[in-house]
Amino acid sequence: MKLIPLITVILLIYTAALPEDVLAQQRFPAPEFESGYELPDVVTPEPRALANEYADVFLLASFLLFTSWLVIKKRSRKWILWLSVFALLYFGFIRNGCICSVGSLQNMTLSLSDPVYAVSYTVIAFFMLPLIFSLAYGRVFCASACPLGVIQDLVIIRPAKVPLWVQKSLGMFPFVYLALAILYAATGTDFIICRYDPFVGIFRMGAEFHLVILGISFLLIGMFVGRPYCRFVCPYGALLKVTSLFSKRHLSITPAQCIKCRLCEDSCPFGAIEKPTPDKLVSKIKQRSGRFMLYAAVIPLLMLAFGLAFSSSHIFLARAHPDVYLAHLLINEPEVMQDTENLDVQTFLGSDRTMEELVDSAASIQATFRTGTWLAGAFIGLVAGLFIISQYIVRRRTVFEPNRGDCYSCGRCMEYCPVEK
Amino acid sequence: MERKKTKSRREFLVSSVRFGMVLALGGVGGLALKSATKDQWVWQIDPFKCSWCGRCATHCVLNPSAVKCVHAYELCGYCDLCGGYLIPGHSDRSTAAENQLCPTAAIERKFIEEPYYEYKINEDLCIGCAKCAEGCSAFGNGSLHLQIMHHICVNCNECAIARVCPSDAIIRVRGSEPYLMKGDFTADGE
Repeated sequence: MKLIPLITVILLIYTAALPEDVLAQQRFPAPEFESGYELPDVVTPEPRALANEYADVFLLASFLLFTSWLVIKKRSRKWILWLSVFALLYFGFIRNGCICSVGSLQNMTLSLSDPVYAVSYTVIAFFMLPLIFSLAYGRVFCASACPLGVIQDLVIIRPAKVPLWVQKSLGMFPFVYLALAILYAATGTDFIICRYDPFVGIFRMGAEFHLVILGISFLLIGMFVGRPYCRFVCPYGALLKVTSLFSKRHLSITPAQCIKCRLCEDSCPFGAIEKPTPDKLVSKIKQRSGRFMLYAAVIPLLMLAFGLAFSSSHIFLARAHPDVYLAHLLINEPEVMQDTENLDVQTFLGSDRTMEELVDSAASIQATFRTGTWLAGAFIGLVAGLFIISQYIVRRRTVFEPNRGDCYSCGRCMEYCPVEK
Repeated sequence: MERKKTKSRREFLVSSVRFGMVLALGGVGGLALKSATKDQWVWQIDPFKCSWCGRCATHCVLNPSAVKCVHAYELCGYCDLCGGYLIPGHSDRSTAAENQLCPTAAIERKFIEEPYYEYKINEDLCIGCAKCAEGCSAFGNGSLHLQIMHHICVNCNECAIARVCPSDAIIRVRGSEPYLMKGDFTADGE
């Protein structure tokens, strides 16, 4: 099984290097030198050693373990902060951001959808470890192992309160982004998370202009709105949010009994602290349970509606794939064939590929996109439905608690809590 | 009493969902493991697919690009009149700047013996524009070709050049065999 990608690569090279090509290339025979000249060596430096990759996995695991201990047992914001700075320096500025858990999501998707595409053990570990830890201890990965999160956490100066309804509805976007990222990765079109990663340019000290602008804007906004990318964009965060909601243990604001002093209330820059349920609402709990059933019945309808809406744009979305794009271009604007400046068109015309093959490939990719957009739409509908239902589940909460889905375990609230053990 | 009962029901639900998630995660990981490899995967240019479009120089996330020209010496004809070194219609077969095809003068021409000349790439100057590789393939043996140099490449999750490569020449290869040098393949093919 493991040999398949290798064999394909070798086969590809063989077919490309068959005698025809070789003969065409060897126009001039290799000289026979009389002066004792020896052929110089071609320097081919090795890529990063495998041991270093494993060291990264080990480091990530120890970061997660250490943070979990700091969050649950030691309860020290200061230590979490220092650890996160170290993670930013290492995973961000030294390792230049690749591979990260956020992006590994796409490699995992592609390896499941494309049998030829293989991932390395490192990538699987980077994808799984934060999720496993979040099932156990909440989003400790976001707290101090994710360079993208930490760089935003460090620039928070004066976090403003985002109105709850804005925060909740913008919080839906990561799920849309997740669905799109999976769709694009599964169809082998693009890795959009990596392509529009606003911070990797900062880690590498250089990127395309629009990405640098995007990164700087996120950091500027991040001074006044805590972690805007994590809260309103990050697709891996959407996964972590769901796993963290069902985590075994989680950061608690107070080490003992909450005295409801409300000191923690303003400490959280991410609006992730839940207040005790007001008495008014408690009396309404019974009344609302009827509506709960109604909304539950609405979920399939929502899934259908979103599926329909999404799939109607499948042709537009599929055009991100180079084959679909080229086929559309050549069919709709045949005059581009005369355009000698258009590299894509000229290379295609100069290749062995026929127009028919291209159109067939584009048609099958579009068909995949039709199914894919239905699934993605249904997924978004499901999330939207569950989100609406969750607004009608009122939990009788008597103390201040972090919202397990939204809390990044940064530990600011613990620092503010006056209760001693 | 009733309060306690609802709480335990809640806990039961939460832990069963958690258990389901563990199973799902395990399933995804297990499926991925089936095709997983110990090796890292790195990006490399298949020199036989490359169409010398020049995008390697402009689309790499690094500046200058991690793509450099390499010289497969065993394929080289050591020509005096080198299609990879001299611009078409040059005035003289010399090392004069106006005769050189390379925009950064990264190819060093050295006399070996009559009538052979060695062409060596100065990696620090090379920007990976493929002009020489194109010239060498058009008029010579095609011994000059592009490769991604792995001490420079940051191994992006998705290679920015691969995304725009018009001939899909950038492929993933195993980290244990990270180069697709031309001589090696023809040697295999023979």
